[in-house]
Formats: sequence, C-alpha cells, structure tokens
Amino acid sequence: MAVISYAQAIRKVIAEEMRRDERVFLMGEDVEKLGGVFGTSRDLFKEFGTDRIRNTPISESAIVGAGLGAACAGMRPIAELMYWDFAFVCADQIFNQVCKTRYVFGGNAIIPLVIRGQQGTGRGNAATHSQSVESIFMHIPGVKVACPATPADAAGLLRTAIRDDNPVCFFEHKALYITKGEVPDDPEFSIPFGEAVIRREGSDVTIVANLLYVSRALEAADELAKDGISAEVIDPRTLVPFDYETVEESVRKTGRLVVVHEAHQVNGWGAQVITEVGKRAFRYLDAAPIHLGAKSCPLPFNLALEQAVIPSVKDIVDACHAVSYR
Amino acid sequence: MIDEKKALWIYKTMKEIREFEETAWTLFTENKLRGSVHLYTGQEAVAAAICSQLTDEDYITSTHRGHGHCIAKGARLDFALAELMGKATGYCKGRSGSMHIADFNKGNLGANAIVGGGLPIATGAALAQKMQKKNHVTVCFFGDGASNQGTFHESINLASVWKLPVIYVCENNEFGMTVPVSQSTSVRNISDRAKGYGIPGETVDGNDVEAVFDAFARAKERALRGDGPTLIECKTYRWRGHWTGDPETYRDREVTEEWREKRDPISLFRTCLKARNLVSDAALDAVDTAVAEEMRKAVEFAESSPEPDAAHVMDDVFYEG
Ligand SMILES: Cc1ncc(C[n+]2csc(CCOP(=O)(O)OP(=O)(O)O)c2C)c(N)n1
Repeated sequence: MAVISYAQAIRKVIAEEMRRDERVFLMGEDVEKLGGVFGTSRDLFKEFGTDRIRNTPISESAIVGAGLGAACAGMRPIAELMYWDFAFVCADQIFNQVCKTRYVFGGNAIIPLVIRGQQGTGRGNAATHSQSVESIFMHIPGVKVACPATPADAAGLLRTAIRDDNPVCFFEHKALYITKGEVPDDPEFSIPFGEAVIRREGSDVTIVANLLYVSRALEAADELAKDGISAEVIDPRTLVPFDYETVEESVRKTGRLVVVHEAHQVNGWGAQVITEVGKRAFRYLDAAPIHLGAKSCPLPFNLALEQAVIPSVKDIVDACHAVSYR
Repeated sequence: MIDEKKALWIYKTMKEIREFEETAWTLFTENKLRGSVHLYTGQEAVAAAICSQLTDEDYITSTHRGHGHCIAKGARLDFALAELMGKATGYCKGRSGSMHIADFNKGNLGANAIVGGGLPIATGAALAQKMQKKNHVTVCFFGDGASNQGTFHESINLASVWKLPVIYVCENNEFGMTVPVSQSTSVRNISDRAKGYGIPGETVDGNDVEAVFDAFARAKERALRGDGPTLIECKTYRWRGHWTGDPETYRDREVTEEWREKRDPISLFRTCLKARNLVSDAALDAVDTAVAEEMRKAVEFAESSPEPDAAHVMDDVFYEG
C-alpha cells in the first residue's frame, strides 16, 4: 500500500486501465500538457500519446456526445468535464442522450462511458464553478453515480466505473484532491458500486454524508463524542445504485438519522434517503430525521458568504443534538 | 476617426485597465485576492477602442477575462477592486469576485464564467434593442476558445437571420487555457466563420487601437442601419498566464517577451498619437499620474471596505419589490 493523494489515485487508475485495455482513452479540456486543472492526467500523454490523452476544444456537448458515440461504437471513453458545473452546458447530451440511449433503443446499446470531473466549494470560484450537482444525476434515470471521499475509494470506484458497461458519472471534489491516504498497489483493486461504508461506528445517531462532508461528519462525530453522543458515520460512495440496507440497518440500531451534503438541500439526494428510511424503518425512528445541505441560493464568491451557504460542522453537531433531544 | 478627446479617453482607459490588472496581480501574490482571476493585460486596445464608441445605452457582455471590458464600459476602479476582494462595497456585494462582475447601470450585462455563455445573452439584448426601436447596439466580447461552443453557432445564426444590432468581438489571444488555437479550431482566422452565417467577418490587429476602432465603427454603422451583425476578430495576446498561478509551460517565454516589448498596445498607441500630433506627451504623462493616483485610492478603498454581512446571503435570489 502506498500513501498517495486523491488526485494521484485517479491518475494511477486511469493509467492502469489504459495499459490494460486499449479501448480506454481520456478526452477533455487541457488534459494533455496541463494534465487537467488538478493534475489527474499529469504526464499521461507521454506514455499514451495524444491520441489517447486527447485535448478537446472548449465544447462540452461534443466532449460528452462524442464519448457516447465512441462508447456505442466499441470504445471505452473517459470524458472529462473540467467542472461538473459545465454539465449544464451539455445537459442534452447527458440527460436526453447518454441517460436514455440504451433504454429507448430496447437494450441495443452498451455504453461503457465514464463522465468525470470535479465540483464543490473551497476555492473561491463562485456561482458557476462551485456547485455540487450530483443529486440531479440521481434524479434522471440512466446513469450510475459515484462520489469518492478518499484516495482509496477514488481508485476503487474509478476502476469499477471504467470497467462498467453502463454510463457512470463520477464526481470528484476539488477540495479532496490534495488529501492523502493509503491506496492498494494492486492494479485489480476495485470497489463494487452500491456498497456503503461505515466510516465510524456508533450507537446513538446515524450520519449519512458524501464527498467532502464525510470528513466533516467525522469531525462532528468527534465533537459529539465529547458530549457523550455516539455517532455512526456512513458514506454511501455511490448514489446510483444506493445501498439503503446499510443505512436502514444503522437506523434500526440508532433510531436517529441526519443526512448532510454540500449539494443544495431542497430536493438534494438526502431527501431520497430519508424517504426510503421512512418507508423501511419508520417504527425504529425516535425522531424526525434532519436533512442538511446548501441553502437555496447560488454560491457566493466571498469566503465567509460561501461558508454561510453550506452546512458547517456545527450545523451537523446541532442536528445530531436535536434528533437526540439533548 | 479618433479625435483628441476620444484619443485621451482611450489612452486613459487602457492605462486604467493596465494599472488595475497589474495591481490585481500583485494583490493576488500577496494573498489579498483569491479565486479564479484572469488578467486582461496586453489586450487593452480591444476593450478601450470599442467601448469608446458606446454609451450607457449600448450593452456589452463579457467573459471570465472581463476586468478590461468592465472598466472600459465605465466601471470605477474602487468598486471593481472591492468586488475582486469580495467586499460589501463591490459592484456585486462581494458575491461575484472576478468572474461574474457586472454593472447593469452602465450597460454591462456581466462577465461570464461559462465559456461561450455570453453569446446568446448579447443576442437577446440586441433583440430587445431592435424590438424597442432603440438606436443602440450590443457588443459581445468572447475568446477564441468560446468560438468552439455551440452557443457561438446558435447565436450568430439567429442574429443574422433576425438582423440584430449586435457586434461579435472575438479576442483571439492564441490560447484557450493551455491549448493553442491551431489545436482546437478548424480555421486560421475565426472571422472566416462569418461566411457560414452570411455576415461580414473581419480580422484586425487587436493591439492596434486605430485598426480596432475603425473595424468596430464600420460594424456599428451596419448594425444601426439595420443590416445585422458583424464578426470582428482581434488578434492579440495575453501577457499573463491564463490564470494567476499558471506555470505557462505550454508557451514560449520568448514569444511572450516579444509581445510585451514590441507589441504593447499602450506604447503603440502613444507612438501613434505622437505621429498624428493628436495629444501631447505632457497630457499623456498627466493621465499616467492621475490613473496611478486613482488606483492607489482604489486599493485603499477596497482594503478598508467591510466584509459582506452573511445575514444577507439569501437576499436577491428573487426580486421582491
Ligand atoms: C463552459 C466552460 N468550459 C470550460 C471552462 C474553463 N475555462 C475557463 S477559461 C477557458 C479558456 C477560454 O479560452 P478563450 O475563450 O479563448 O478565452 P481566453 O481565456 O483566452 O481569454 C476555459 C477552458 C469554462 N469556464 N466554461
């Protein structure tokens, strides 16, 4: 096991999968010499050439649409969006084309396409470069959705994504790229989709969080421990498919649920989790679940304003106190 | 033709932009500015020569590299810098930073952090001007990279068919981030694309104030006559990296040096004014001093301005009367 960064983990898996399968290639803006804004393909063009590490024009519809077309025609493309916010530029290609092609053509198509990119706050990029948009991709059927929170998960989930014969939207968080952790050296190491992970065991309250909020939930759990509240932290890792069983089992034990994400709270994926838990484990709940997410306004530039829009560690702690009635 | 008054205005505006950008650079290196900051240094002639022919009734849309357009369209340095620093006194209450700055009062419909995002908006502003029978135009500034977005095609086609009073100004600074135009773009001259839309296209030296001024004057006349849009390509070069922090490994430092030394739009304009005997050196020097002082005050203002109050973070999502 080597300790590497989240960005390095992604780069490592792209390289390994490209070595293993020549149908795999990467295309996107500035992926070649720059190696992507966060270095996730740094120097890979030196090994694989610019045919397989392909700089594109600034044309998101073409990047994603060409990915779909190439996937239908036998390649296994990784289409990179520099920021997930730009998915709205090519929304038709994602939601009307990628999501629907296999189904509407009666199962004719196999679409081994990965669309990946980064999102989120923390770098003062303001309204159109700081959003967390993964919930929308859970809302429109037809793509799998992965959100790794650690370097090992980034590696394991990305390998699964590249080898999957379905389109996968892969959400990285810009603030996680420099975080480090152990990643297995094994070039076959992968993590199946639909398996949540319990990041910390606890008995009093269940916190479900993804991406950057996994570490914030763990911070909150540390705080709560000081107050004698034992929090269990669950990271779903993929939203489609979603491992409701692990959350359900945890709630049966704790009787309390807080879901937190950086994505906007209203209709954020946490709402779906709470609905499902309500259906599966209503009589085990001792309190109405709490759902935390970004406020219903665009993300402002000013750092303090940005922080005011997204949930804080204190918000998570307070929510856990509230559902615990103490 | 550029008369003395316009010449002074253009010169002053270029100086303001230069001072502003270089100050922003310094503040960024001092950690007083954060976020994505894209500097316009080296491209000043385009914004200044074009906006010298606009009034507050004319609109512009701008880009992520928008400080120059913003200042040329009448923004004050102090409010603009305060915005870059995220202060409450900034043009957008500290919400926009560098990439989303706007001052609608001056006809500036905003910077746009989505590459190609401004083209349809400019087209719509021109549509409104036409429907309201206003004798004004809209200028759409965008980069070479943006000309490869679908919005470029959709917007210009629409404006051509509807004969809208909009002038599309492509600032070709040779790179879209780290990618050279030759690698991303199907034509050498982006103005060639005008043919596909049945409108005039023209490529000019974007560092030559007079060339940009004249090309724009023709395009504006055509727009006001009701004949529709024009595509002007201004060939230029950004002196700084794509963003503050760009290692610039994708381009030759010597080429950049050459642009700085031989093609500085401000020195070129000074030389031109001298040759034309239009403005005295003393008058230009006085502008330099005044602009430096204006900038110094702007820094003082921005640095001493208050941070926005988080209690108002949810304001302005909707208009509530
Ligand atoms: C839709 C979209 N795609 C990609 C980006 C990232 N990006 C920001 S600026 C830029 C390059 C733009 O090049 P160009 O239009 O030539 O303008 P320049 O930066 O050269 O002024 C890129 C790729 C973005 N902001 N928006």
